[in-house]
Amino acid sequence: MDLYQEEILEHYHHPQNSGKLNNPTHERCANNPTCGDKICVTIDVINDVINDINFEGEGCAISQAATSMVTDKIKGDTVENALAITRDDIIDILGIEVGIGRIRCALLGIETIQKALEYGKIKK
Amino acid sequence: MDIDAIKRDYDIFTRDESLIYLDSCATSLTPRIVTAKLLEYYNSYNANIARGAYKASTKATEEFEMSRKVVANFLNAQLEEVVFTSGTTASLNMIAHGLTSQISNTDNIVVTAMEHHANFIPWQQLCEHTHADFRVAPITDDGLLDTDQLLELIDENTKILALTHVSNVLGTINPIKELTQKVRAKNQNTLIVVDAAQSVAHMKLDVADVDCDFLAFSMHKLFGPTGVGVLYGKKEHLEKLTPIFTGGEMIQEVTTACTTFRELPHRLEAGTPHIAGVIASQEAIAYAKSFGFEKIREHEKELLTYCTNNLVENFGDDIKIFGPCDISLRSGAISFTLKNHHPHDIATILDDKKNVAIRAGQHCAMPLHLETLKTNATARVSFSVYNTKADIDAFIDGLKKVDEILS
Repeated sequence: MDLYQEEILEHYHHPQNSGKLNNPTHERCANNPTCGDKICVTIDVINDVINDINFEGEGCAISQAATSMVTDKIKGDTVENALAITRDDIIDILGIEVGIGRIRCALLGIETIQKALEYGKIKK
Repeated sequence: MDIDAIKRDYDIFTRDESLIYLDSCATSLTPRIVTAKLLEYYNSYNANIARGAYKASTKATEEFEMSRKVVANFLNAQLEEVVFTSGTTASLNMIAHGLTSQISNTDNIVVTAMEHHANFIPWQQLCEHTHADFRVAPITDDGLLDTDQLLELIDENTKILALTHVSNVLGTINPIKELTQKVRAKNQNTLIVVDAAQSVAHMKLDVADVDCDFLAFSMHKLFGPTGVGVLYGKKEHLEKLTPIFTGGEMIQEVTTACTTFRELPHRLEAGTPHIAGVIASQEAIAYAKSFGFEKIREHEKELLTYCTNNLVENFGDDIKIFGPCDISLRSGAISFTLKNHHPHDIATILDDKKNVAIRAGQHCAMPLHLETLKTNATARVSFSVYNTKADIDAFIDGLKKVDEILS
């Protein structure tokens, strides 16, 4: 199936939850050295629920769209559920087959989000 | 050159007639005569080398040593100066690690800003371990090595200058021979290490003429198998290089008290090598020589000019090409960006829509991309003897499609 579906291109050109939160509880940046993609996420967690999430960065259509889509999905959901998202879930969300050549692009966003939630708590 | 006939040398084009392969800088395709030689070893004289007293082992050893002769002749080197390794990365690491005991904290090591990671990190690590000074010579805005600044970095404490012959991103051809002379005029003891990974398939290498101290390349970029590399070193330097791999076949005598090593080149070839790959390498070199490097270069220049002109004609200011504009100063690679389309998307769509294979990313040259070119990633097309102008037409068509999809 075509990797560059309408929905993916729409998220790429107009990413959801783009930017940086003013007063996040968690944050993290990560990069993918094979393609030079970089994503930074800021998350606001209240009572173990993801109240808000933003991301910014540079990257390919797949990494940007996957991150945009997954932020939409987890916003309002629990931290526990966000941490439980797997590689297969991301492929489901994208709705396309992602080969080994591009899977790291597709997973960069969720991996960064999960690392932010696990290790990126901002000390206040 | 009769490219249609050349394409028939490769089974991959028979299996996939529409394949447009524009990633020869990453690895060249492998002609049938090379794969046949690999099989010949496994099917006819499959034995370990230099240790069996039976016919197959003798034959395998003879073929293996024949490849050494072919490589030595190809480089204009002495037999014992040719060490087989697993690739350029292994060769360069063997040099860097093997020289550790000769480096002190008052020394410095010079590399360039256009190095591939394999000729950058081993030296950076060596400096970290020995507390020597790590110096990086810059490049000019045209993507040429800034030789004046490089020479300024060379002083009486410069132990090593490690530089690439051809940049895998910019295509820049460095004037190695001229540089060697100039560096020696400043410090005759500086060891000059040449990474020939990107030049070996494109131009004649003559180590005696260039007068470098070490040189490294991989056979898989020269129509040969993966997993085989060459480490060339002047005899006097190889003799002083500490073997980082010790074990079978590299020893003279082993006792519980101590071990003495064998003579060159065996002291640097511990363990069982990629025997089939080394043997098949003689065919790969013969294949490259059958065209002649002048013809290869002529063909490459024609494709470079055609591709560059087409990119500019079709995409104007939207296309940004990195590296020197003067074709005579560059080898067969063009790295570019198109608008702000991500190179990974460009490569994927070209593959999906047109069966065109190109490289995207940082091409294992992160400092060059981020610190010098100030771009996250580039897309790269590179050429070899099997490429035609029609391949470039298909690539340009594909790039138009990419722009349509991503815009």
